[in-house]
Amino acid sequence: MDHLVFDIVLAALIVGVAAWTNVARDTLAAVIAFVACGLLLALVWVRLVAPDVALTEAALGSGLTGGLLLGASLRVRRTGTPAAAEQPSTSLRVAAAGMCIAVTAGLAGIVLLLPEPAPTLAASALANMAATGLGNPVTAVLMAYRAIDTLLEVVVLLFALLGVWSLAPDRVWGGFPGPRHRPDPDKPLAFVAQLLVPVGILVGIHIFWIGSVAPGGEFQGATILAAMWILTMLAGLVGAPAVSRRWLRFLLVGGPAVFVAIGLVGFAAAGAFLAYPKDYAKLMILSIEVPLTLSIAGMLALLVAGPPERTLQR
Amino acid sequence: MSAVTLYGFCSAALVGLGLYGLIVRPEPLRKVLAFNLIGGGVFLLLGVVARRGASAGLGGDPVPQALVITGLVVAFASTALAVALVLRLLRDTGETVPASDAGGEAPADGRK
Repeated sequence: MDHLVFDIVLAALIVGVAAWTNVARDTLAAVIAFVACGLLLALVWVRLVAPDVALTEAALGSGLTGGLLLGASLRVRRTGTPAAAEQPSTSLRVAAAGMCIAVTAGLAGIVLLLPEPAPTLAASALANMAATGLGNPVTAVLMAYRAIDTLLEVVVLLFALLGVWSLAPDRVWGGFPGPRHRPDPDKPLAFVAQLLVPVGILVGIHIFWIGSVAPGGEFQGATILAAMWILTMLAGLVGAPAVSRRWLRFLLVGGPAVFVAIGLVGFAAAGAFLAYPKDYAKLMILSIEVPLTLSIAGMLALLVAGPPERTLQR
Repeated sequence: MSAVTLYGFCSAALVGLGLYGLIVRPEPLRKVLAFNLIGGGVFLLLGVVARRGASAGLGGDPVPQALVITGLVVAFASTALAVALVLRLLRDTGETVPASDAGGEAPADGRK
């Protein structure tokens, strides 16, 4: 019963914070509310017994997305003229509110009318897990049963990064992304980066490695690794690499390329794309996951860094 | 009312709030935020479906949970692309709102 009180308070907090992202006048305040909303949602995922999703929501949905939007809102505020935006008329607001209430009511109705007993694939996911050599059913879905989804998702990440890079003006193409952050040993950020990053890298690798048997996995681990890279770049300890660097291109394409190659091996070894022969399933999954984690970490960090802004010649 | 149903209602409210922000806020960055709220609501609805499918000793159906992880990554990718587009718009026009939507004067070269 005490849990129900917690659930009610948590749900009310989420709705309140989400409403604040709409009504806050300042975009920065709205972004901060959004980050808070994401962290509260991560708690909900724990309550829904989905720790893998909770990790992803906290790290990626709230942390990395929040960092990206915080940076963007600061730049809009610094360089942008105050938005002389035409506010929508009251009648439009009322119409929009009415429609959104209808959508919410419809979804709430669907929640009440969900079939009983609920359809589930949990039993089949568990029944075939021994063949994959994995101990975490979510990782088994991501890397074995629905590996094609994961492959396409990584390709989406790669295309999004190409799209972001393509927004650079011609003269800085191939240059360094984002503004230069000069190292300042007196600033606490440099100290935090030196202290936190070695620990963070270990945590990221651990979260990735443990993902085969416990909550975690390549996306959660890669997000933490990406965050550590971003932190060192922000502190000015390392510069963002120029996007034309050959090693960087290999890092980014390596994971998806190995994924496709092992998928093709599946034709010869087990008769289908991305099929794993029984005795080598775990080995093949791991040989996809290691380069994939590095590629995803690189893609996430560079998506946050943004399009090239400085030329190679300085 | 069970906790799962409660979070189902919460997800419906998130979708509604996000949709409202998407329609009435003119600034592109606020639209990106609202879009992410809708995403959060949809993912939470999938989480409710997953939790209801708990069986065979698992706390939830792993298939929708894996779908949500995939969805979160794709949502991040589209958010990053949208933010880059907003910042490029800002650099090219100095406006944080597309000129044709703002009701202001069109840019000098007649582009909309």
